[in-house]
Amino acid sequence: MPRLVSHPDEVKVVSRRFGRGATNIDRYIELDGYKAVRQAIEKGPEWIIAEMKASNLRGRGGAGFPTGMKWSFVPKQSEKPKYVLVNGDESEPGTCKDHLIFLHDPHAVIEGCIVAGLAVGAKTGFIYLRGEYRYLLTIMEKAIADAYAKGFLGKGIFGSNFDFEIISQTGAGAYEVGEESALMESLEGKRGIPRIRPPFPAVVGLYGGPTVINNAETIASVSHILNMGGEAYAKIGSNRNGGTRLFCISGHAERPGVYELPMGYNLKKMIYEVAGGVRGGRQLKAVVPGGSSTPVLLPSEIDIGMDFDQVGKAGSMLGSGGVVVLDETVCMVEFALRTIQFYQHESCGWCIPCREGTDWLKKTLTRFHAGGGEAKDIDHIQYLAENMLGRTFCPLGDAAAMPTIAFVKKFRQEFEDHLNGKPCPYAKQQELTLA
Amino acid sequence: MSLTSIAENPKPGSTIFSPELAARFDKLVTLYPRRRSALIPMLLYAQDEIGYVSDAAIAEIGQRLDITVLDVRNVLTYYSMLRTKPVGKYNVQVCTNISCMLRGGQEILAHCKDRLGIGHKETTPDGLFSLEEVECIGACSWAPAVQVNYDFHEELTPESMDALLDEYRSKASQ
Repeated sequence: MPRLVSHPDEVKVVSRRFGRGATNIDRYIELDGYKAVRQAIEKGPEWIIAEMKASNLRGRGGAGFPTGMKWSFVPKQSEKPKYVLVNGDESEPGTCKDHLIFLHDPHAVIEGCIVAGLAVGAKTGFIYLRGEYRYLLTIMEKAIADAYAKGFLGKGIFGSNFDFEIISQTGAGAYEVGEESALMESLEGKRGIPRIRPPFPAVVGLYGGPTVINNAETIASVSHILNMGGEAYAKIGSNRNGGTRLFCISGHAERPGVYELPMGYNLKKMIYEVAGGVRGGRQLKAVVPGGSSTPVLLPSEIDIGMDFDQVGKAGSMLGSGGVVVLDETVCMVEFALRTIQFYQHESCGWCIPCREGTDWLKKTLTRFHAGGGEAKDIDHIQYLAENMLGRTFCPLGDAAAMPTIAFVKKFRQEFEDHLNGKPCPYAKQQELTLA
Repeated sequence: MSLTSIAENPKPGSTIFSPELAARFDKLVTLYPRRRSALIPMLLYAQDEIGYVSDAAIAEIGQRLDITVLDVRNVLTYYSMLRTKPVGKYNVQVCTNISCMLRGGQEILAHCKDRLGIGHKETTPDGLFSLEEVECIGACSWAPAVQVNYDFHEELTPESMDALLDEYRSKASQ
């Protein structure tokens, strides 16, 4: 069972029911569950969308698109059925927040999904978990069955005129399926390759119908927003970045864990106070602020607020909330190689710049780290990555290129230290980390 | 087995799956707006029952969804958790992605290789264990993490990994 952590600076909104038995539907109701959806039925779609807009909630999957605005893009009239799709295909390395949501608070996902359906006029919701989360699907399916039994799902939910069905399933192992259009392909029983946009899912999505796709954490935030009011939720966070976020701290932190902190919380404080600093009192070398696809930050760059705008201004991205802490013992060439190995493995092969680019980067970095690097390789790695940017159907190509460029730019010296057949100069220090 | 023909499919009504799974499939295909949406869950459940996705399973699933064997294979080969060959009773999947790597994931993998005497995607001669180096499994804050079949095990050390392997070994002998 994943260990839960806590810190006084936390503001528990999405995580407030963690560890409190809320997988049980009666316990969930006791803890203010299924209140928001009743209010939503009473007050209607315009009220829901107004509250969501006021909340300044931005998509927790990584892109940070305002959720209320996303919902408002779905056309009111549609010949084809509309759908809500909850993206629980959590796969970005460094990210394990949805894992805890499904484990501890599955009804919050169901409730948020129904509210999203009410807001856009959808009658069916899908909850798609990554294949590795099979044990969480079991929890989710039980929660859905309990909600049906209470009349919270099905025909005439909560005694109203609304019908809402939820179907949950898992994938079968594919990072790419976390991308919204590939997710729809996978749900339609196909290979998870991206679709060209426009049209955007809000207009032409699942089975050709208008579709709202939201990350599981985004959906799990919805009922809390309606309960406390959009404005009150917005106030917890920073400017244009409402509410809280589940930050998954991993790597060389003294106390790794998933902490719920207000948007805009200082990154340096997050590492040194919330997570107890760097393990064993070692020096900090770098921080990956939002999952493996986000450009690495130097210790001198981490005195920033963790919201979409401030991290963007610092040249990186808030991403999926995965904060990876690297201490002085890490070889950045090896770290870059492991990162690109992942993207090479996960590239779906649809777009040439991504398929070939990740492959070349992996080959070059493998040779480089093994001591076979040449001086010109360093520029080649950067040039290759820069030419992948923006040239693919989906963001996987960018996700591979962006961190690579940052590794070369910010740690060029470490790349140079590997030249001329020298063995990795950091290998010895790495052994120390295991002692 | 031909790739494109559906002529070799089993007779309608007959099934290679257990009655429980066959009943589950009957229901699953009606849940979605389009039958084909049930494909990935069906492949996973078939694999859980048989141990891998066999040719016969592919044929029957194709028939149940009214798609060709080639369509099924086309999807099957995309997803890394689906396999067309048997593995050991316990499939030990060691994450070595960045968060696990920083906390000793590579060492856990090396340790498993050493203890089990097998490499990546290999199976012990007694058929008990298979080993696989996998990408991020979503347990980053509790690294290093391993999945054995669908079960997660977090914050491992070489010692606790040994204990875990012993646990599975004794589970198998019971």
